[in-house]
Amino acid sequence: MSEPILQIVDLRVYYHVEAGAVKAVDGVDLDLDPGVKLGLVGESGSGKSTMALALMRMIKEPGKIEGGQMILDGTDLMTLTTEQMRQARLSQLSMIPQGAMNSLHPLLRIEDQIIDGMRDHDPTLTQHELRERVGVLLEAVELNPRVRRMYPHELSGGMKQRAAMAIAISMHPQLIIADEPTSALDVVIQRQVMETLDRLQEELDLSIILIGHDMGLMAQFVDRLAVMYAGRLMELGNTRALFQEPLHPYTDLLIQSLPVLENKGVFTGIPGITPSLLDVPPGCVFNTRCPEATDVCREIVPAFRELQPGRWAACHLHGVVEA
Amino acid sequence: MRLGYVLRRLAFLLGVIWTAATLNFLLPRLAPRDPVMQKVAQLAATQGLRGEGFAEYVQSQKELYGLDRPLWAQYVSYMWGILHFDLGFSITNYPTTVNQLIAQSVWWTIGLVGTATAFAFAIGTVLGALLGWNKSPRAMNALIPPLMVFSATPSFVLALVLIYFLAFRAKLFPLSRPYSLFVIVDWSDVKFLLDVVHHAILPALSLILVSLGQWSLGMRAMMVTVEGDDYMTFAEAKGLKGSRLFLQYALRNALLPQITGLAVAIGSLVAGSTLVEVYFNYPGLGNRLGAAIASFDYYLISGIVFFLITGIALATFFVDMLYPFLDPRISYARGT
Amino acid sequence: MRGFFRYVGRNPALGWGLGILALLLLFSYGGRILIDPADAYALATKPDLPPMLDREALAKIGEMTTFEDKLAQLRLGLRHIFGTDTQGKSLLASMVLGTGLTLQIGAIAGAIGIGIGTVLGFVSGYYAGTVFDNIVTSLVDVVLTMPGFLVLVLIASSLADPNQMTVLTMGLVVSVTAWAFPTRAIRSQVLSMRERPFVMMAKLSAMSGHEIILKELMPNLLPYLVMSLANSVYGGVMGSLGLQGLGIGDRRQPYLGMIIWWIQYYSAFLRGMWWWILEPVTVIVLLLTALILISFGLDEIANPRTRRTV
Repeated sequence: MSEPILQIVDLRVYYHVEAGAVKAVDGVDLDLDPGVKLGLVGESGSGKSTMALALMRMIKEPGKIEGGQMILDGTDLMTLTTEQMRQARLSQLSMIPQGAMNSLHPLLRIEDQIIDGMRDHDPTLTQHELRERVGVLLEAVELNPRVRRMYPHELSGGMKQRAAMAIAISMHPQLIIADEPTSALDVVIQRQVMETLDRLQEELDLSIILIGHDMGLMAQFVDRLAVMYAGRLMELGNTRALFQEPLHPYTDLLIQSLPVLENKGVFTGIPGITPSLLDVPPGCVFNTRCPEATDVCREIVPAFRELQPGRWAACHLHGVVEA
Repeated sequence: MRLGYVLRRLAFLLGVIWTAATLNFLLPRLAPRDPVMQKVAQLAATQGLRGEGFAEYVQSQKELYGLDRPLWAQYVSYMWGILHFDLGFSITNYPTTVNQLIAQSVWWTIGLVGTATAFAFAIGTVLGALLGWNKSPRAMNALIPPLMVFSATPSFVLALVLIYFLAFRAKLFPLSRPYSLFVIVDWSDVKFLLDVVHHAILPALSLILVSLGQWSLGMRAMMVTVEGDDYMTFAEAKGLKGSRLFLQYALRNALLPQITGLAVAIGSLVAGSTLVEVYFNYPGLGNRLGAAIASFDYYLISGIVFFLITGIALATFFVDMLYPFLDPRISYARGT
Repeated sequence: MRGFFRYVGRNPALGWGLGILALLLLFSYGGRILIDPADAYALATKPDLPPMLDREALAKIGEMTTFEDKLAQLRLGLRHIFGTDTQGKSLLASMVLGTGLTLQIGAIAGAIGIGIGTVLGFVSGYYAGTVFDNIVTSLVDVVLTMPGFLVLVLIASSLADPNQMTVLTMGLVVSVTAWAFPTRAIRSQVLSMRERPFVMMAKLSAMSGHEIILKELMPNLLPYLVMSLANSVYGGVMGSLGLQGLGIGDRRQPYLGMIIWWIQYYSAFLRGMWWWILEPVTVIVLLLTALILISFGLDEIANPRTRRTV
């Protein structure tokens, strides 16, 4: 068993507002092995996008990483200076943004936008080397070489997303965080982009964290899946096992809410709404909406522990253990 | 089609010029005042009244300036003159033509307005960008109230304050005039040039500070907007250097919309310079205009105002033509 | 009411702007009690006096019996508190009256500017694409391209006798260019609002065009209209100051800009009459800054996007 490429230990990100502290991420533990695709799924407001920003150390005021460690390949990112973190971005870990529609610099040609990232990390690269690399990258993401001289507004949504992917892999990082990369695309393009991402992962042996809310997409793409709710992890495990036998009621409800062709016309959801992160309910954070909640769930916060080899969950249904 | 855009802007430019010309023609003539009578009265007051021959004199003057013909005939010859760049004679300074008077004064105004625009734009952009940049030191925000006051003050009022404190009290700068009395005007002499610059500093400063205030606050607002855009987040995630994020990503995107305001800014600078020139006794077009107003010299007033409006319209046109080159998203096809 | 103050507390620009404006209004309308209006005209009193109190006159207040007499003595005592100019006008009186005059001109220009701007802006925006709209837009574009001040100069110097202009006339002249910018701004707001769902609903419920404008669009754009009003007033005041600065207008009246013109005419700065210069400049700067702050503050209400939310 190799060392995990990423270890997140008790990560907490709070936003300090007038009314108090919004606990966007409240004690998340997560390990990621090299070459593994991990999905991070949750509703809006679950904290998954905050996780992405936190890993990149791009949380802005009034938010703050209150505590925890983010150990990437042996180095805790929290201990890096601002300049060291800047260097780490793109070269060690990079991001594929959600809306590449607006994520590219509107006035720069595609090749210039790919080059400037590389240049700010390795000033020794010559102009010739940089241009060559752009060619290689565009080919890797299956973009026509003509694209290099074009401007973002001349590209389609899918092409822009590929350009963003080219940028994300340009320095051959170890970890890529894809924050809902296909949410803004139609299903057909979505599939193409995900296939490209899959292929890149194999060729470059990348570790990927895919953040999203689409369980169906997750099922097709990721090896392991983490389920997040109201700033905490509910369940983590191998995708197939998780879908076949969810250990947490929330996971079960999420899977059930996926529309099934046979049950056409029947839509299920999860009753209730996510709690305000300013005022989290006592005990298990999901207890207000859980169909199987018991008294102990309303009092004691369940520990996120390994119930089976490689399968973690935070639920008292498998035995009451306090966090 | 590219041509369509150019033609449309050109048509607009011509429309403005035509409107200005017509307005300049009509307004003075709609007034109940009569420039010839005014001049004659002035002459009579200074040189004595001669009873007989008075009516004939007035009539001959009117014929000279074509003011005895019907309105439409005057309009036609006026427009004809415009097409030939002939703005007519100045009534009070006859036989000097309006063109000659403009030519004497225009370079001073161009120099003043030109340098003021350049400085205000350059400094204002950088200053505004720094003020809007979230990684700038907080202390810089102390500049905002003074900048706001500058932007709100009319330039001639500021000129007065500058004259009082820097010229009269501190005696650092001259009180008025474009260059000192009793100097030989020699444009190849460095000492003369320095004298000119020394005299130009306060007038220019009155214009620059006001424009600077407006530019920098506008730029600052734009920077704040740009910083919230998605590409800034992705740029930071790319691990770009701070200087690149500030200059190429934030400033460049914030600057673009500001450029559309450049023509308007030049327009207001010209308006401001009119008053500043009067207050500093600076021999530019503004000063000339002030004198023309006082003596109600029809043609000179019309000529100068028309010239200025045309100049600004041309500047607007020029900026319109330039903009598509700066923003690849605007194709000539789409226009405004 | 308390809600108002709490909001203003979070919107410092608006707070300061309104505060300064209130002070100026107090100065100009409340200050009238303390002056004799005749003192704002030439030869009212001794010329070229620096600021001073007439202690003799003030001392005599005790000797007076009726309230009117006491008040008259107070006025005499305070007459030179801001000094006098070369023509012997009390600067206190000049500025108290002048501020009022300038505010009136601004109000006229502002009202006309926003009046025309609203009507044209709403109608052309709502009926965009029609011939009417095209005419209005072209007109606005042309007017805005021309530097307004020069047009004002042209108009003003064409009047029967520029030196006899009343407040109303000056307000009207200045409003000639004040309507263009509000028209364009309001029109663009209306254009973007037109496509919103609530307007669609109104159309579906068979509301007529002008009903929709009056009942649906206008209330929603109210903050924006108020901001446009502030901008109009600001433009009007600026325009009038510029004209007066060139000596266009009734030179005997104590318009603020005219005071500046006289300063230049008599070369006050060459004679070290600092009070004559600094006082009107201060008032002008305060007035304009107040208007800009109000406009800034209203912009925050009108465009919540730029609000500094948490």
